Amino acid sequence: MAENKPAKYSKPLPHLDEENRPWWEALQRHELYIQKCRDCGDVRYYPRAMCTNCLSPRTEWVKCSGRGKVYTFTATYQNNVPGFRESLPYIMAYVELDEGVKMLTNLVDCQPDQVRIDMPVEVVYEDVTPEVTLAKFRPAR
Amino acid sequence: MSLSGKTAVAGVYEHPTRFAPDKSLFQIMGESVRGALDDAGLTIKDVDGVCTAGIGMTGMGIISFCDYLNLTPNFVDSTSIGGSSFVAHTAHAAAAIHAGLCDVCVVVYGSTASSSRFAVGTGGFGTMGGDPCDQYEGPFGPTTVGAYAMIAQRHMHDYGTTPEQLAEVAVTMRMHASMNPAAKYRDPITVEDVLASRIISSPLHLLDCCIISDGGGALVITSAERARDLKKKPVYILGAGETVRHAARGQRDFLEIAAAQSGRLAFERAGVTHKDIDFAMIYDSFTITVIATLENLGFCKRGEGGAFVSGGRLRYDGDFPINTDGGGLSSNHPGMRGIFLVIEAAKQLRGECGPRQVKDCKIALAHGTGGALGLRHSGATLILGNQ
Repeated sequence: MAENKPAKYSKPLPHLDEENRPWWEALQRHELYIQKCRDCGDVRYYPRAMCTNCLSPRTEWVKCSGRGKVYTFTATYQNNVPGFRESLPYIMAYVELDEGVKMLTNLVDCQPDQVRIDMPVEVVYEDVTPEVTLAKFRPAR
Repeated sequence: MSLSGKTAVAGVYEHPTRFAPDKSLFQIMGESVRGALDDAGLTIKDVDGVCTAGIGMTGMGIISFCDYLNLTPNFVDSTSIGGSSFVAHTAHAAAAIHAGLCDVCVVVYGSTASSSRFAVGTGGFGTMGGDPCDQYEGPFGPTTVGAYAMIAQRHMHDYGTTPEQLAEVAVTMRMHASMNPAAKYRDPITVEDVLASRIISSPLHLLDCCIISDGGGALVITSAERARDLKKKPVYILGAGETVRHAARGQRDFLEIAAAQSGRLAFERAGVTHKDIDFAMIYDSFTITVIATLENLGFCKRGEGGAFVSGGRLRYDGDFPINTDGGGLSSNHPGMRGIFLVIEAAKQLRGECGPRQVKDCKIALAHGTGGALGLRHSGATLILGNQ
């Protein structure tokens, strides 16, 4: 029986580096984190080496519940970038996490006409390559 | 110390091409510089300042352009903040002239976006770079259209803004384009035409999006004193502001855009108020860009932009005329169109717009937006006057 090998992943992939690697490694374990400043308490997404409020390098990683709501979204019907060109339409959204930050993501397991702003959503993890797992969201169950 | 009225736009030129497979990028730029210098009554020997940026240029492309025209300027600025760059360059040139860094500065742009088949709006945004933010956005398929579409979706949700109100912006720009012989698309369209055009990224239709063209243009900036002795009536630089907005570490209010800050600075520095503005050039990359910009500049309250643009108010003969050239939605959008905002504003202030001339045009505002409202962007505002 022929091996049912998945097609090679062709969408843009992040460049992992020493600053962002802990975040991507957590996603590989199917865990989603944001950062919080140990000095002033400000929370931030995306992850970076210092607090944007006080420039403190003292960072706490806060594990997220994976729940949030749709802040805004769009269904894209034209994108000439390889990978996306073959998967139209797809839904891109900002999800506002319960922890208070908005993150850009895709909504999955739903059709464009089912999406509403403020709709509750929950994280799903998509292992797209051995190194990269993406946090996407689906309507909360 | 205020810069208001100390410097002026002395010459302008909009390259008439909308499709130029026979010309190089630098040829379009060189022809634009020649046109603007002719308009001012100056020569290439007078130029001692150069500002440029572009989608077809490398980061150091300004050096190559100086090489092309054999220029050895005393002041250079290649600030590259997207479509608003040339509005910002105009202010930088004014500051440089006022500070004595140069005397005659050209601001120039050229592009072959159309003939080189550059997918300006749907070719991805933030998917190509190595900047930290790109790593968290690129995997999810952002395009320029998609990023503006998310702003439109939220605006509609919060304020009940309708697709018909967005469409009115496109319809008005096309009506203006019909009076501009150089505009790329001149056949009138209706609200129904906009709504019947295909969705590119919901809720934005094809006709809610700017066109793609080739093109270019140039400005000549000098001191007010010198401008008064030149060929054309000076258009004085009264005030300017610039800034950026981005995701703000995940805590941004996305309907507050850069124009709120750049506009406030420009009004304060010019010493004029909203009711003094007779005409505006508002970057119209998308119909939502115009609505969000008018709100953030303070011409109406937040959420009232949809009603503000309705009922023909934006027409050249309406109470708040904008984009009489036909804008990026119908006349030209060669990737970045900030320079055309300043060119058309200067022509209106000089009374040179023929059938689309705005009556009693004394003070004009130009606002450029660069980048993508829903991801990160720049805003640059310029206030100009003819007295």
